Amino acid sequence: MSLLLAATNVTINSKEVLKGLGAVGAGIGYGAAAIGPGVGIGIVVGNAITAMARQPEAAGMVRTTMFLGIAFTEALALIGFVVFILLKFT
Amino acid sequence: MLFAALNFPPIGELVDWKKFGPGGLNKPALIAVIATVSTLTVFFLAGRRKALVPTGVQNVAEATVDFIRDGIIMQTMGPEGMVFLPYLTTLFCFILVCNIFEVVPLIQFPATARMAIPLFLALFTWVLFNYMGVKKQGFFGYMKSSLFPPGVPKAMYFLVTPIEFLSTFLLRPFSLAVRLFANELAGHLLLVTFAVLTDTLLFHNSIVFFKPIFILPAAMDVALTGFEVLVAFLQAFIFTILTAVYLGGAMHPEH
Repeated sequence: MSLLLAATNVTINSKEVLKGLGAVGAGIGYGAAAIGPGVGIGIVVGNAITAMARQPEAAGMVRTTMFLGIAFTEALALIGFVVFILLKFT
Repeated sequence: MLFAALNFPPIGELVDWKKFGPGGLNKPALIAVIATVSTLTVFFLAGRRKALVPTGVQNVAEATVDFIRDGIIMQTMGPEGMVFLPYLTTLFCFILVCNIFEVVPLIQFPATARMAIPLFLALFTWVLFNYMGVKKQGFFGYMKSSLFPPGVPKAMYFLVTPIEFLSTFLLRPFSLAVRLFANELAGHLLLVTFAVLTDTLLFHNSIVFFKPIFILPAAMDVALTGFEVLVAFLQAFIFTILTAVYLGGAMHPEH
């Protein structure tokens, strides 16, 4: 009860609230941005491993293409990371 | 309650550096200069004596050129792409040396974690592949092949053309630059986080009983340093191979 009373006495600075909300948004935003690329990279690498196991002689070509696929998929997660930095620290 | 105060430095402090030389020379600029000079030195020393059986520094240079030729150009552009061997080798070596300074003691900052260097390299690549496309196919031929991909129903061009325009001319340089920049910055932040944790647990810890825990973040930092070497190499490789793919796509349109 006394804790509740103490809570009502606190004056909340709107700047601090905004900062806190920015941090919450940054965290949730980066977490959401990481879901899709995580699944995508899993699919890319999994299929590349299947291809390499089926045709070991094509492993070099498959590996190059796999890195290309990872690079394109990963870009979304990295843009999410940049947005996180911008929201959290500016 | 709070046995150790975790003082994480603000982000501005992690990527901003004091000027210490003429013309605003700071740490990233110094790293870029070192990367240029060291690459030049290696290739100059290697090219001076053309021994049939390579030794020492000539081995390093020949292995790099072989890697760019067999691993990147032959896989993406074929034999006609050999004109870009000097450009791609320069790009790869410069990015690799800039990245590897992330784990060099006392420097420990990748110059590519500042947006300026990746952005400049990406814009240079953008200008180069557009120039090659216009040169090989003519302006209208290049626009037609890049904006109107063949094998699409006529009505779909309302949807496809704006998307192709965005992805080819705007998102390509942007994502190329952001990929390198964000990977390096994320790696740097990761290393800094575990270093700060180690420092806090070891030196700013009022409870002696908790001090041995510093082993955990310290071990993580060591493991991540090895991982960052891999990332530095991989990002240099990916930047170079994407440049090669874009150049190959501009020179040889899909049929």
